[in-house]
Amino acid sequence: MSLRGLLFSCVGVLLLCAAGPAVQAASAAASTIVMAKDFMFAPTSITVEAGSTVTWTNKDDEPHTVVSAEGLFRSAALDTDDSFTFRFDKPGTYRYACSIHPRMVGTIVVR
Amino acid sequence: MSEERSLTSRRQALKCLAYGGAGTLFTLAGGVFSPIDLAVAAADRQATASLGKPLFVQISDTHIGFNKEANPDVGATLSRSIDLVNGLAQQPALILHTGDITHLSKAAEFDTAQQLFSRLRVTEMHTTPGEHDTADATVTEYFNRFGKASGNKGYYSFDHAGVHFVSLINVLQFKPGGLGTLGAEQLAWVAQDLKGRSASTPIVVFAHMPLWTIYAPWGWGTEDAPQLMEQLRRFGSVTVLNGHIHQIVQKVEGNMTFHTARSTAYPQPLAGQGAGPGPLKVPTEQLPDVLGVTSVALVQHPRALRLDDTTLA
Repeated sequence: MSLRGLLFSCVGVLLLCAAGPAVQAASAAASTIVMAKDFMFAPTSITVEAGSTVTWTNKDDEPHTVVSAEGLFRSAALDTDDSFTFRFDKPGTYRYACSIHPRMVGTIVVR
Repeated sequence: MSEERSLTSRRQALKCLAYGGAGTLFTLAGGVFSPIDLAVAAADRQATASLGKPLFVQISDTHIGFNKEANPDVGATLSRSIDLVNGLAQQPALILHTGDITHLSKAAEFDTAQQLFSRLRVTEMHTTPGEHDTADATVTEYFNRFGKASGNKGYYSFDHAGVHFVSLINVLQFKPGGLGTLGAEQLAWVAQDLKGRSASTPIVVFAHMPLWTIYAPWGWGTEDAPQLMEQLRRFGSVTVLNGHIHQIVQKVEGNMTFHTARSTAYPQPLAGQGAGPGPLKVPTEQLPDVLGVTSVALVQHPRALRLDDTTLA
């Protein structure tokens, strides 16, 4: 696992802990992508284990969407602080973009 | 012009600024624009009236549902725009809305927008959606309310007072990393729609995203617009209207005049200034100066169109 992947696994574990005892131990780590204030998905690319859940949160004053290039998933328009979650079960490379600002692109690599 | 007369004009202009809208009036004859300060033009009503009959008013980027710092009350500023239109001495025949009616494509936002629009004295309104109106994959909310004209395709045409209007949609087929797209099917429809029309017919084309590339890094353009322009080139008077960028940018190319409108909701930064095309916070007292509407008059001799921008100040 890369240093970046390890870092995000840790963030995921922290989030799970913060959510309280009701959260069951997951076999794959949850990951979080934060939409930065500058019209970019950050990090632009992440690698997760199959079965992982990825959550996108909009931190801009402008709405964004998360739309799979392959048509696998599509969020509603996310206003500031709104989130969208998707679980990646099959290994592969998944590209996505914001349909409102198509220059915002990102990739999820599932192993 | 004598100094005395110029002073009178200035006084009249300032008087008009106090109760009217400020902006720039454009006369278009043979494809060439002549900008005139709106307040100065308003001071000479007779001369302004001789320029033509008001044909339509363009409203854009109302973003109903937006409530951030840049403008916590977009309903109020749209209302002021509507008052401005309703207060015109001569009512235009049509209203064109060039998209982003709502901020998040929500049903409640569309409902609020429609309630506000119902206050317009002009009852004939034509719309094209922005990407904020089509954020739901199926475009259900927009088409439920505004899809009839196009049979839920998003593109359609109509005629009014001898002018042919073409409403296009360039926000549906987005490509990651790319600009807006019209698509082959729509372009083929335009070719069919324009076929056999006289080159002397004034054409107004409107869509949400700019139909020429203003700033590609922010997606301010339409990838296949050049193919559309090829089809429009033979016409003697073509006016291309867009919203999306919340500020006025104009270009004249041969007989074609390109114009992007202000938003009635909030301004956006100039191309490339800052991280991205988000809401621009300006001091509250300056907000009316950067919001507004565009009206277009039909000039009979020569037959052409005249653009006229008004702020809410």
